[in-house]
Amino acid sequence: MSSVRVLVGTRKGAFVLTSDGRREQWEVTGPHFAGWEIYHVKGSPADPDRLYASQSSGWFGQVIQRSDDGGRTWQAVGNQFSYDGVPGTHQWYDGTPHPWEFARVWHLEPSLNDPDTVYAGVEDAGLFRSADGGQTWHELSGLRGHGSGPSWQPGAGGMCLHTIILDPAAPGRMFAAISAAGAFRSDDDGKTWRPVNRGLRSQGIPDEDAEVGHCVHRIAMHPSRPSVLYMQKHWDVMRSDDAGGSWREISGNLPTDFGFPIDVHAHEPDTIYVVPITSDSLHFPPEGRLRVYRSRTGGDEWEPLTEGLPQRDCYVNVLRDAMAVDSLDSCGVYFGTTGGQVYASADAGDTWAPIVRDLPAVLSVEVQTLS
Amino acid sequence: MIRVILPAHLRALAGVDGEVHLQVAGQVTHRSVLDALEAGYPVLCGTIRDHQGGPRRAFIRFFACERDLSHEAPDTPLPGPVATGAEPYLIVGAMAGG
Repeated sequence: MSSVRVLVGTRKGAFVLTSDGRREQWEVTGPHFAGWEIYHVKGSPADPDRLYASQSSGWFGQVIQRSDDGGRTWQAVGNQFSYDGVPGTHQWYDGTPHPWEFARVWHLEPSLNDPDTVYAGVEDAGLFRSADGGQTWHELSGLRGHGSGPSWQPGAGGMCLHTIILDPAAPGRMFAAISAAGAFRSDDDGKTWRPVNRGLRSQGIPDEDAEVGHCVHRIAMHPSRPSVLYMQKHWDVMRSDDAGGSWREISGNLPTDFGFPIDVHAHEPDTIYVVPITSDSLHFPPEGRLRVYRSRTGGDEWEPLTEGLPQRDCYVNVLRDAMAVDSLDSCGVYFGTTGGQVYASADAGDTWAPIVRDLPAVLSVEVQTLS
Repeated sequence: MIRVILPAHLRALAGVDGEVHLQVAGQVTHRSVLDALEAGYPVLCGTIRDHQGGPRRAFIRFFACERDLSHEAPDTPLPGPVATGAEPYLIVGAMAGG
């Protein structure tokens, strides 16, 4: 029988939640790396026992952990992230030049077919690659150096590269997203990059439809239709049908189009999920009601999903990397909150139940479907 | 023998309990102690100072003999009782946060 393994990164450690395919009874292990911030944990699609975790601390800096047995044991691997060449400057919050400085790894994206190859999205925004299981890291500096880098500016959470998407159909094509620079695409394995932000409009920047400068919060793709991308921007939910060449808004009837995560149903590429958040100054659900919104039409038309979710007095947030789906026949959807709850739905969002309620603030959620 | 006391998170990362005991050749300085520590426990590279052996991380402090030695130059000799092993060299995570 199939099973699922949910990998949860929190402010104070990592947790691994496992269940059989019914997804009713859960075993919780952790905290792994107790007391450290775990920004992201993700498994290799090529070898589900190979996991990578980003462990960091304001005191002690960055550590990368690797497991070769599905999270039972871990070993620290390489943690040296050196920008290529002279790093130069980006803009600081006040518009002055600021030297590029490594702070932490936000996101780890294992290769689709090689467990030893993994990409890291870091703050200050940069993209790194390891081809030896995380022992050594090398910057793909064509992204930071393609031309617009000196104009990038941090979002409130720092200038982070938080989204890495590998195209399963087009060899060499990958996407990255940066707060607050925007979305970028490479068609040559990350050597060269170009901004793909046409159609985005952001009122918080001087030129609303500038080529870069947009605070993209998250991008999602369905592997069966990789030319279609969905984006949750600072404000606005967007869609591209041409691999980022252009974007159009699909916020439709959402109660608010501010939010952080966005994800796609495992078997229905037109079914997408977001968690509307009140505003950029009120990072909690509207009216204190935690609602996932689902569109079955690829956007524009949205329905609230509330059964099993708190519908009063709920003032948590759901961060950009804290939603994921499994690929069981009845698609499971998962998300974690800053209040420490991890909710699961085994029926594509129709009903929800908490797996755990009292973890530290959840930074990331990933799911592995195991056979 | 040099006695080093690590903060709890770095003890866990290095997989050690209690003090770390190091042999340091030559003059006992911040740099030579940290070099020996990182040689014995490579997982600590980058967690106390940068990978080039440069400045300590901002929230790391070095104490010994009831003194804060954090602002000394890396090649400053450590107090005699640290060099003889009578007193430990404390690597401390600054008090902050929750």
